[in-house]
Amino acid sequence: MSTQTIAHKNKKKSLLNEPVIVVSDLKKSFGEHDVLTGFNLTLNKGETVVVLGKSGSGKSVLIKCIIGLMTPDEGKITVLGNDVSTLNRQDMDKLRMRVGFLFQSNALYDSMTIRENLEFPMRRHLAKMNAEETERRIIETLTDVGLAHTIDMMPEELSGGMQKRVALARTLILNPEIILYDEPTTGLDPITGLEISRLIVEIQEKYQTSSIVISHDMRCVAETADRIAVLLQGKCYTLGTYDELKNSDDKMIKQFFD
Amino acid sequence: MKLSKWGAEVFRETGAISRFTGLFFREVFSPRYEFKEFFKQCFLIGYKSLPLIGLTGFIMGLVLILQLRPTLLQYGVEAKLPAMVSLSIVREIGPVISALIFAGKIGSSIGAELGSMRVTEQIDSMEVSGTNPFKYLVVTRVLACTLMLPVLAVLSDAIGIYGSYIGFNIRSAMSPQLFIKQVFATLEFQDVIPAIVKTYFFGFAVGIVGCYKGYFSKNGTAGVGTAANSAVVLCSVLIFVIDLIIVQIADLLGYN
Repeated sequence: MSTQTIAHKNKKKSLLNEPVIVVSDLKKSFGEHDVLTGFNLTLNKGETVVVLGKSGSGKSVLIKCIIGLMTPDEGKITVLGNDVSTLNRQDMDKLRMRVGFLFQSNALYDSMTIRENLEFPMRRHLAKMNAEETERRIIETLTDVGLAHTIDMMPEELSGGMQKRVALARTLILNPEIILYDEPTTGLDPITGLEISRLIVEIQEKYQTSSIVISHDMRCVAETADRIAVLLQGKCYTLGTYDELKNSDDKMIKQFFD
Repeated sequence: MKLSKWGAEVFRETGAISRFTGLFFREVFSPRYEFKEFFKQCFLIGYKSLPLIGLTGFIMGLVLILQLRPTLLQYGVEAKLPAMVSLSIVREIGPVISALIFAGKIGSSIGAELGSMRVTEQIDSMEVSGTNPFKYLVVTRVLACTLMLPVLAVLSDAIGIYGSYIGFNIRSAMSPQLFIKQVFATLEFQDVIPAIVKTYFFGFAVGIVGCYKGYFSKNGTAGVGTAANSAVVLCSVLIFVIDLIIVQIADLLGYN
C-alpha cells in the first residue's frame, strides 16, 4: 500500500455501526448458470466496502440487484431501511434519488452536453430548483471532479478518464447517501485509474457517502477499501480489511494479491 | 432453421411485440408526461424527414404520369391523366411510399439509437436516475411517429401531385388551374379519409417496431446493426400487411 494511502486510512473517521445496505442470502441465476448462490453483505454508514472477485463472478449482478436493475431469484436486500423487492416504481425512484450508481461504461447520454447530462436527474428530482441554483450546483459538482471547463462539451469530446469524472459528477449531483461503483477504473491507464480511486476517496469524505465498489484492480482496492468482501462461487468467501486479506494464508485470497 | 423453430420464433416475437404494445398503452396515459422530449422527437422525426419524403413524392408523381401517358394516349383519354394520377397518389402510392421511406429512415434510426443506448447502459442509467426510460424514450417516439407520418404523407401527396403537373407539362400543356380543378373534381372524402387513417397505423407500427427492436437490443455493437436492420424489414412488411387489412375494411365500409 502506498504511503499516501496509509496516511489517508489513518485520517479516516470512525465508522458508524449503522447498516445502510443489508444483503441477505442473495441468489441469482441465468438459465442453468448460478451466479449468486447465497451472498450476504452489510454496508455500514460512512464506510466503503470493495467487492473483489474474478471477471464474471457476479459482482456487477450484485449491485444491479441492489439498485433494482435486476430482480434476485431469492434473498432479501434492504437499502436505507427499505426492502427493495416490495417497493413500487414511485418508491423505487425515490430510493434511487438517495443511491447513486456509477456505470462501468460511464453511460453518459451521448446526445446531450455535459450540462444537460447533469441537469437530467435534477429536472426530475429537483424540479422546483430555479435555473440559477441548478447552474450553480452543476458548476460546483463539476468543479469537485476538476472538470468545470467541460460544461458545454459533448461526452465524445472527453477522454475515458474525463468521462468517468463527469459520470461521477452526474452521480453526485443529487447528493446521494450511498454510491455504487461498477468497476470504476476498468479501461483506464494506471495513472488515471489511481486518480479516479483517489477522487472516490475525496468524494466520500466531502459528501459523507457510503459506498460499494466493485473492482478487481488491486490499486483501486487499496486506495478505497475500508473492508473487502471476496466474492467466490457466488458467496461472500471472506470479509476483512486490506491488510488482513493481504496477510492471509488462504490460497484463494492470496491469488488476488499476487 | 427448421420450420418448427422458425414458427416458434415468429410466435415468440409476435407475443413480445404485443406485450410491448400493451405496455405502451399502459404508460401513454399515466403521468408523468414527457412533453419536451415529445416535441423534440416530433421535430426530429417529422421536420427532418420532410425533404426526403417530399423528394420521393415529387419523383413518384412525375414518373407516374410519364409512365401512364402513352397508354392513355392510345385510348385518347390524355385529359384524364390528372384525375387518374392524383387518385393513385392519394389513395395508395403516397401513403405507402411515404411509410416505406419513413420506415427506412426513422425505423432504422430509432432501432439504432435505442440499441446503442441499451448496449452502452444509457437506458439503465436513466432507470437508476429515477426516470422511466420506457416513457421517456419509447412513448415519445411512438407518439411522434404516429402523429407525424400522416402529416408527411399529406405533404408528400401534395408534392406528388405537383410533380405530376410538371410531368404532364413536359409533353403536353395544361394550366395549373385546370390541372388542380381536375384533381379536386375527382378526389372525394372517401378517397382521402381511409388513406389518411391508414398512415396513423403505419406510423404507429414504425414507432413500435423501431423502439421494440432497439429497446431489447443485445449482443453488443453487432446487435445494434441487427436491431436497425430488422426494424426496417419488419416495419416494411407490417406496412403492407396493415395496408391490406385497412383496404379490406374500407371496402367493407363502402369507402371504395
